[in-house]
Amino acid sequence: MYSFEPNEEQQMLLEAVGRYAENDLRPAGHDAEEEGILPEKVVSKGWELGVLQASVPEAYGGFGERSAVTGVLAAEEMAFGDLAGTLAVMVPSLFVTPILLVGSEEQKQEYIPPVIEMDWQPYTAALIEYALDFDPLELKTTAKAEGDSYVLTGEKAFVPFAKDAEAMLVYASLDGVTQGFIVPKTVAGLSVQEEAEKLMSLNALPTYRVKLDGVKIPKANRLGGETGHDFQPVLAAMRVALAAMAVGVARAAFEYSRDYAKEREVFGVKVAQKQAIAFMLAEMATEIEASRMLTWEAAWKLDVGKEDAYRDAYLAATGAADMAMMVTDRAVQILGGYGYIREYPVEMWMRNGRGFATLIGLAIV
Amino acid sequence: MTIEFEIPKPIAQQQYVLKTVADNMMRSVSREMDENEHAVPYSYIEFMHAAMRATGAGSLAPRTEMTKEVDPNKPKRPPIGYQMLAHMLEMLSWGDVGMYLVTPGGGLGAAAVEAAATPEQKQKFLARFGEEKPTFAAMCMTESGAGSDTSAIKTAAVLDEKTNEWVINGEKIFVTAGHKSMVHDEQFGKGFIVVWASIDPSAGRAGMRGFVIEAGTPGVTVTKLEHKMGIRASDTAAISLVDVRVPFDHVLGSPTVERETEKGFKKAMATFDATRPLVAATGIGVARAALEFVKEKLAENGIEVRYGLPRNKLTNIEREVIDMEIMLRSGWLMIIKAVWMADNKKPNALESSMSKVKAGDVTTKVTQKAVELMGPLGYSREFLLEKWFRDAKITDIYEGTGQINRLVVARQILGYSGRELR
Repeated sequence: MYSFEPNEEQQMLLEAVGRYAENDLRPAGHDAEEEGILPEKVVSKGWELGVLQASVPEAYGGFGERSAVTGVLAAEEMAFGDLAGTLAVMVPSLFVTPILLVGSEEQKQEYIPPVIEMDWQPYTAALIEYALDFDPLELKTTAKAEGDSYVLTGEKAFVPFAKDAEAMLVYASLDGVTQGFIVPKTVAGLSVQEEAEKLMSLNALPTYRVKLDGVKIPKANRLGGETGHDFQPVLAAMRVALAAMAVGVARAAFEYSRDYAKEREVFGVKVAQKQAIAFMLAEMATEIEASRMLTWEAAWKLDVGKEDAYRDAYLAATGAADMAMMVTDRAVQILGGYGYIREYPVEMWMRNGRGFATLIGLAIV
Repeated sequence: MTIEFEIPKPIAQQQYVLKTVADNMMRSVSREMDENEHAVPYSYIEFMHAAMRATGAGSLAPRTEMTKEVDPNKPKRPPIGYQMLAHMLEMLSWGDVGMYLVTPGGGLGAAAVEAAATPEQKQKFLARFGEEKPTFAAMCMTESGAGSDTSAIKTAAVLDEKTNEWVINGEKIFVTAGHKSMVHDEQFGKGFIVVWASIDPSAGRAGMRGFVIEAGTPGVTVTKLEHKMGIRASDTAAISLVDVRVPFDHVLGSPTVERETEKGFKKAMATFDATRPLVAATGIGVARAALEFVKEKLAENGIEVRYGLPRNKLTNIEREVIDMEIMLRSGWLMIIKAVWMADNKKPNALESSMSKVKAGDVTTKVTQKAVELMGPLGYSREFLLEKWFRDAKITDIYEGTGQINRLVVARQILGYSGRELR
């Protein structure tokens, strides 16, 4: 059957997330971006919504089942409030969800409950590398087997909350195959750059460069255990998460510019009454819906295990990155000069918008 | 309530059969039909008529749910009539959209009757499509001075109170299947056209009504068959109406003008809400044919599309193919959502128009890009790709141009009336 209505549980979650996005994230977003810090209260309140907790089974301290569909619904709704805030709130998911997806039973029992049962804590993951040819499937950071250990060498970039992280998942190439490794807080050879990264947006999300200089970890810390894991399901879950957030940010920009256009007077009418503007808005709405459909379908395919789910997740993320750029750019355009002024939120959304082509690994559902 | 994308079983079965039809009865004669404009594909028409009689399918509106064998113990299945139609049209258009347009069963004419007629009228006008001979019907809206602006229609209907007949005068153009609906052919049953005319020119849109005019009615003449860029198997007729007399009960909707309500006009527009995603589906079928051709030729030439690579590592051709896939799939899913809403009686004017805006873009862009990427193979008439490029363009024009649909979408999202956003 085809069906396009979230179920009751999802609707309840969406209402809660929607309220939080509107009443907490959105009002905090602008100052957080300007001052480079998100109030702790906002983060902890977001964590208490239980989006991640609801995707973890009881056996590991949660109270639900993971569903990529539920994940993308919540991700869009939260990112509609603010992208940096959403990424910050959901950062523990970078650590928990891959373990839940492809970790060994022992790893699930050992690592998930301490994250899920507590207040928000910085557990994170390191995927991106600072190179123009960065490719999650061809990492430059390497893992080499050495007796009972793996030795990790390389440098990671844009790692959220790395400085204070209790533990992080580090992705490295093991004989050319991308594998995750659970790296604890204090381990020899691991160093986090003092200064946070300075990016085009996401100022409120502290991210860091992380150096791995012969970091030795037990073989048991390889994600999935001795035999390792398939990276595709993890990557696909990252892709649909990013796609959903792109839809959320684009919707924010669309709605704001639409409302502005209905207020702004030009030549004796509202600017929205001019077809040049109205058609832009119509196309924005159409492309947002197109991307949302692709994202939903890819997430659904991941949930039911369709053969082409990974490919579709890639297509959804690729399409969403283009869509978000187009929509946020037009939102700035519709506000004209004001669009360019930082007092208004659309220029931040446009800076967010470009990020979806780059920020793989900063979100996962 | 759930979010789900599994193709319903009855639709999957239908598609399996239709794929065979598309391959064996359409693709096989596609080129011939294109080169011989207005030749009639009788064998396809006969076959489809027989098949649709057996299954009860037909017009562009799903049959009213039959009340047969209702087992109270069985969970009630949600309706999927429009979803089936969208899939059917997509597959037949993948075969050949020009030929699809000469599928018997009433097309837009029957759809207009479905949308605006009384139960008695439906019985009277629609029963013929289930009879022995394949039968056609058409919708006459456009005039030389009234395309997207349907309120500018000049065709007028005046009630002759002495005979209780409507007298209709005007000139209609671009009538799809107008010839097959109105000109006698031994092999076909008696068709009709639905002519949109004003019963009170001073009332503007409120005065617009559809009139059913039977084939053979005196005063109706097919004056011209257009020669077109594509969809050449489809007859696009000009029809002149001179003192055409039709019985009183051939008017669709109220015979009197209720001022300020625009009811009559809205009936016509409601037809479009239902049929826009279906027409969008025909475009997507053409685009899918083009994209599949491209992928097939690339594979033959040893060019692989490496899905999953970062954007900046892809070759240009890989990026193009990936973008085409994104466009095609998202366009299709928007259609599915719009028809799912129609099946579930949810108002879908916005989704319906959005799906048509998107499909118009997707269909033209994908086919244009495909011809470019294939070089001489794309431009040569040896393959069908150049034909699909020509066939595709109409998707963004008929059943509301991309621009008029953008206007509809814009009014919906802005909450504007036609007066506020012209």
